[in-house]
Amino acid sequence: MAEKKLTIALMDAPYEKAATTTALRMVSAALQKGIHVNVFAYEGAVNLAMKDQAPHANPVKGTTVEQEEHPTTKEFVRSLLEIGKTSPQLTWVNCGLCVDERGAINVVDGVKRGSPADFFKMATESTNTLVIPTK
Amino acid sequence: MSNYVFIESRDPFESPDTSFLAETAASLKKRGNDLTVFLVQNGVLATRKQARKSHVPQLLESGVTVMADDFSLRERGIQFDECRANVRIAPIDQLVDLVVHENTKAIWH
Repeated sequence: MAEKKLTIALMDAPYEKAATTTALRMVSAALQKGIHVNVFAYEGAVNLAMKDQAPHANPVKGTTVEQEEHPTTKEFVRSLLEIGKTSPQLTWVNCGLCVDERGAINVVDGVKRGSPADFFKMATESTNTLVIPTK
Repeated sequence: MSNYVFIESRDPFESPDTSFLAETAASLKKRGNDLTVFLVQNGVLATRKQARKSHVPQLLESGVTVMADDFSLRERGIQFDECRANVRIAPIDQLVDLVVHENTKAIWH
Protein backbone atom coordinates (compact mmCIF):
# COMPACT_ATOMS: atom_id res chain seq x y z
CA MET A 1 0.00 0.00 0.00
CA ALA A 2 1.28 3.46 -0.93
CA GLU A 3 2.34 5.73 1.90
CA LYS A 4 -0.21 8.31 2.87
CA LYS A 5 0.42 11.99 3.36
CA LEU A 6 -1.89 14.61 4.79
CA THR A 7 -1.45 18.33 4.28
CA ILE A 8 -3.11 20.78 6.65
CA ALA A 9 -3.24 24.55 6.17
CA LEU A 10 -3.62 26.60 9.34
CA MET A 11 -4.39 30.29 9.58
CA ASP A 12 -5.42 31.05 13.15
CA ALA A 13 -3.05 32.72 15.60
CA PRO A 14 -2.27 30.86 18.82
CA TYR A 15 -4.62 31.04 21.82
CA GLU A 16 -7.51 32.24 19.65
CA LYS A 17 -9.59 29.30 18.50
CA ALA A 18 -10.26 25.68 19.33
CA ALA A 19 -9.54 24.83 15.69
CA THR A 20 -5.82 25.01 16.41
CA THR A 21 -6.14 22.37 19.10
CA THR A 22 -8.19 20.14 16.81
CA ALA A 23 -5.65 20.54 14.01
CA LEU A 24 -2.74 19.67 16.29
CA ARG A 25 -4.66 16.64 17.56
CA MET A 26 -5.14 15.55 13.94
CA VAL A 27 -1.42 15.97 13.25
CA SER A 28 -0.60 13.87 16.31
CA ALA A 29 -3.12 11.16 15.39
CA ALA A 30 -1.87 11.00 11.80
CA LEU A 31 1.76 10.64 12.89
CA GLN A 32 0.78 7.87 15.32
CA LYS A 33 -0.82 6.06 12.39
CA GLY A 34 2.36 6.35 10.32
CA ILE A 35 0.91 8.99 8.02
CA HIS A 36 3.28 11.72 6.83
CA VAL A 37 2.04 15.21 7.57
CA ASN A 38 2.70 18.63 6.05
CA VAL A 39 1.57 21.74 7.84
CA PHE A 40 1.51 25.05 6.03
CA ALA A 41 1.08 27.85 8.56
CA TYR A 42 -0.36 30.97 7.04
CA GLU A 43 -1.20 34.39 8.46
CA GLY A 44 -1.42 34.37 12.29
CA ALA A 45 -0.62 30.65 12.45
CA VAL A 46 3.07 31.41 11.89
CA ASN A 47 3.12 32.52 15.54
CA LEU A 48 2.25 29.01 16.73
CA ALA A 49 5.92 28.05 16.62
CA MET A 50 7.37 31.26 18.09
CA LYS A 51 10.17 30.38 20.49
CA ASP A 52 9.66 33.42 22.71
CA GLN A 53 6.38 32.11 24.13
CA ALA A 54 6.70 31.48 27.86
CA PRO A 55 4.46 29.75 30.38
CA HIS A 56 3.35 31.98 33.20
CA ALA A 57 2.16 31.89 36.77
CA ASN A 58 -1.43 32.84 37.60
CA PRO A 59 -1.51 35.67 40.16
CA VAL A 60 -5.32 35.52 40.37
CA LYS A 61 -5.23 31.93 41.57
CA GLY A 62 -1.88 32.35 43.31
CA THR A 63 -0.32 29.47 41.39
CA THR A 64 3.30 29.22 40.32
CA VAL A 65 4.54 28.54 36.79
CA GLU A 66 5.04 24.89 37.74
CA GLN A 67 1.58 24.53 39.31
CA GLU A 68 -0.09 26.26 36.39
CA GLU A 69 1.52 23.98 33.76
CA HIS A 70 0.53 26.49 31.15
CA PRO A 71 0.73 24.88 27.70
CA THR A 72 2.33 26.82 24.87
CA THR A 73 1.74 26.18 21.19
CA LYS A 74 5.48 26.34 20.51
CA GLU A 75 5.90 23.35 22.81
CA PHE A 76 3.15 21.44 20.96
CA VAL A 77 4.84 22.20 17.63
CA ARG A 78 8.27 21.26 18.99
CA SER A 79 7.06 17.91 20.34
CA LEU A 80 5.16 17.07 17.13
CA LEU A 81 8.27 17.85 15.08
CA GLU A 82 10.22 15.54 17.40
CA ILE A 83 7.70 12.72 16.79
CA GLY A 84 7.76 13.41 13.06
CA LYS A 85 11.53 13.67 12.77
CA THR A 86 12.10 10.67 10.52
CA SER A 87 9.26 8.42 9.43
CA PRO A 88 6.46 9.28 9.45
CA GLN A 89 7.70 12.76 8.80
CA LEU A 90 6.19 16.07 9.82
CA THR A 91 7.12 19.01 7.63
CA TRP A 92 6.14 22.38 9.05
CA VAL A 93 6.41 25.41 6.77
CA ASN A 94 5.66 28.97 7.84
CA CYS A 95 4.62 31.44 5.16
CA GLY A 96 7.62 33.75 4.77
CA LEU A 97 5.71 36.95 4.06
CA CYS A 98 3.44 36.30 7.06
CA VAL A 99 6.54 35.75 9.20
CA ASP A 100 8.06 39.04 8.11
CA GLU A 101 4.85 40.97 8.71
CA ARG A 102 4.62 39.63 12.23
CA GLY A 103 8.30 39.52 13.09
CA ALA A 104 7.85 35.84 13.86
CA ILE A 105 11.46 34.98 13.01
CA ASN A 106 12.53 33.14 16.15
CA VAL A 107 10.79 29.78 15.86
CA VAL A 108 11.41 26.30 17.24
CA ASP A 109 13.94 24.12 15.44
CA GLY A 110 12.67 22.28 12.40
CA VAL A 111 10.20 24.89 11.22
CA LYS A 112 10.91 25.94 7.64
CA ARG A 113 10.18 29.10 5.75
CA GLY A 114 8.27 28.92 2.49
CA SER A 115 5.65 30.40 0.22
CA PRO A 116 2.20 29.47 -1.11
CA ALA A 117 4.09 27.70 -3.90
CA ASP A 118 5.27 25.22 -1.25
CA PHE A 119 1.69 24.75 -0.12
CA PHE A 120 0.68 24.01 -3.71
CA LYS A 121 3.48 21.43 -4.01
CA MET A 122 2.48 19.87 -0.67
CA ALA A 123 -1.15 19.63 -1.76
CA THR A 124 -0.36 18.04 -5.11
CA GLU A 125 1.88 15.44 -3.45
CA SER A 126 -0.56 14.53 -0.67
CA THR A 127 -3.33 12.00 -0.32
CA ASN A 128 -5.53 14.85 0.77
CA THR A 129 -5.42 18.46 1.92
CA LEU A 130 -7.46 20.06 4.65
CA VAL A 131 -7.73 23.82 4.82
CA ILE A 132 -8.77 25.16 8.21
CA PRO A 133 -9.76 28.76 7.53
CA THR A 134 -10.33 31.63 9.88
CA LYS A 135 -14.03 32.32 10.31
CA MET B 1 -19.52 8.89 -6.78
CA SER B 2 -17.26 10.73 -4.36
CA ASN B 3 -16.62 10.59 -0.66
CA TYR B 4 -17.17 13.78 1.27
CA VAL B 5 -16.18 14.59 4.83
CA PHE B 6 -17.66 17.76 6.21
CA ILE B 7 -16.05 18.82 9.46
CA GLU B 8 -18.51 20.98 11.36
CA SER B 9 -16.92 23.02 14.15
CA ARG B 10 -19.74 25.51 14.67
CA ASP B 11 -22.81 25.11 16.78
CA PRO B 12 -26.24 25.69 15.22
CA PHE B 13 -27.30 28.23 17.82
CA GLU B 14 -24.43 30.65 17.25
CA SER B 15 -23.97 30.02 13.52
CA PRO B 16 -27.13 29.74 11.42
CA ASP B 17 -24.99 28.82 8.41
CA THR B 18 -24.65 25.32 9.82
CA SER B 19 -28.00 24.65 8.14
CA PHE B 20 -26.34 25.41 4.79
CA LEU B 21 -23.78 22.71 5.47
CA ALA B 22 -26.52 20.24 6.44
CA GLU B 23 -28.53 21.02 3.32
CA THR B 24 -25.44 20.62 1.13
CA ALA B 25 -24.60 17.31 2.79
CA ALA B 26 -28.14 16.01 2.35
CA SER B 27 -28.18 17.07 -1.32
CA LEU B 28 -24.86 15.40 -2.06
CA LYS B 29 -26.08 12.24 -0.35
CA LYS B 30 -29.25 12.30 -2.43
CA ARG B 31 -27.07 12.39 -5.56
CA GLY B 32 -25.43 9.14 -4.54
CA ASN B 33 -22.29 10.38 -2.82
CA ASP B 34 -20.90 8.98 0.40
CA LEU B 35 -21.24 11.62 3.12
CA THR B 36 -19.89 11.92 6.63
CA VAL B 37 -20.36 14.93 8.85
CA PHE B 38 -17.81 14.90 11.65
CA LEU B 39 -18.73 17.25 14.49
CA VAL B 40 -15.92 18.84 16.48
CA GLN B 41 -15.59 21.64 19.04
CA ASN B 42 -18.89 23.49 19.51
CA GLY B 43 -20.30 21.49 16.60
CA VAL B 44 -20.95 18.63 19.04
CA LEU B 45 -23.56 20.71 20.89
CA ALA B 46 -25.95 19.77 18.08
CA THR B 47 -25.77 16.07 18.97
CA ARG B 48 -27.79 16.45 22.19
CA LYS B 49 -31.28 14.97 22.15
CA GLN B 50 -32.52 18.11 23.91
CA ALA B 51 -31.00 20.51 21.37
CA ARG B 52 -33.68 22.36 19.47
CA LYS B 53 -32.95 23.62 15.96
CA SER B 54 -30.26 20.97 15.58
CA HIS B 55 -29.49 19.91 12.02
CA VAL B 56 -28.47 16.42 13.17
CA PRO B 57 -31.95 14.81 12.76
CA GLN B 58 -32.09 16.11 9.17
CA LEU B 59 -28.67 14.66 8.44
CA LEU B 60 -29.52 11.28 9.94
CA GLU B 61 -32.82 11.10 8.06
CA SER B 62 -30.93 11.84 4.84
CA GLY B 63 -28.68 8.84 5.40
CA VAL B 64 -25.60 10.94 6.17
CA THR B 65 -23.19 9.39 8.65
CA VAL B 66 -22.86 11.68 11.66
CA MET B 67 -19.86 11.34 13.93
CA ALA B 68 -18.96 13.36 17.01
CA ASP B 69 -15.50 13.91 18.46
CA ASP B 70 -15.31 12.23 21.88
CA PHE B 71 -12.81 14.80 23.19
CA SER B 72 -15.07 17.73 22.25
CA LEU B 73 -18.02 16.04 23.97
CA ARG B 74 -16.02 15.44 27.16
CA GLU B 75 -14.71 19.02 27.14
CA ARG B 76 -18.29 20.28 27.15
CA GLY B 77 -19.54 17.82 29.76
CA ILE B 78 -21.86 16.07 27.35
CA GLN B 79 -22.43 12.45 28.33
CA PHE B 80 -22.47 10.03 25.44
CA ASP B 81 -25.99 8.87 26.37
CA GLU B 82 -27.21 12.46 25.99
CA CYS B 83 -26.51 12.25 22.26
CA ARG B 84 -29.06 11.29 19.66
CA ALA B 85 -29.22 7.67 18.64
CA ASN B 86 -27.20 6.84 15.52
CA VAL B 87 -24.64 9.56 16.19
CA ARG B 88 -21.33 7.73 16.29
CA ILE B 89 -18.94 8.86 19.01
CA ALA B 90 -15.43 8.72 17.60
CA PRO B 91 -11.85 9.62 18.46
CA ILE B 92 -9.97 12.11 16.27
CA ASP B 93 -7.96 9.36 14.57
CA GLN B 94 -11.15 8.19 12.85
CA LEU B 95 -11.41 11.63 11.30
CA VAL B 96 -7.84 11.25 10.05
CA ASP B 97 -8.78 7.87 8.52
CA LEU B 98 -11.74 9.44 6.74
CA VAL B 99 -9.72 12.36 5.40
CA VAL B 100 -6.89 10.23 3.98
CA HIS B 101 -9.31 7.79 2.34
CA GLU B 102 -8.84 7.79 -1.43
CA ASN B 103 -11.10 10.01 -3.50
CA THR B 104 -12.31 12.01 -0.52
CA LYS B 105 -13.09 15.70 -0.42
CA ALA B 106 -12.62 17.14 3.06
CA ILE B 107 -14.19 20.48 3.92
CA TRP B 108 -13.84 22.34 7.20
CA HIS B 109 -16.62 24.61 8.38
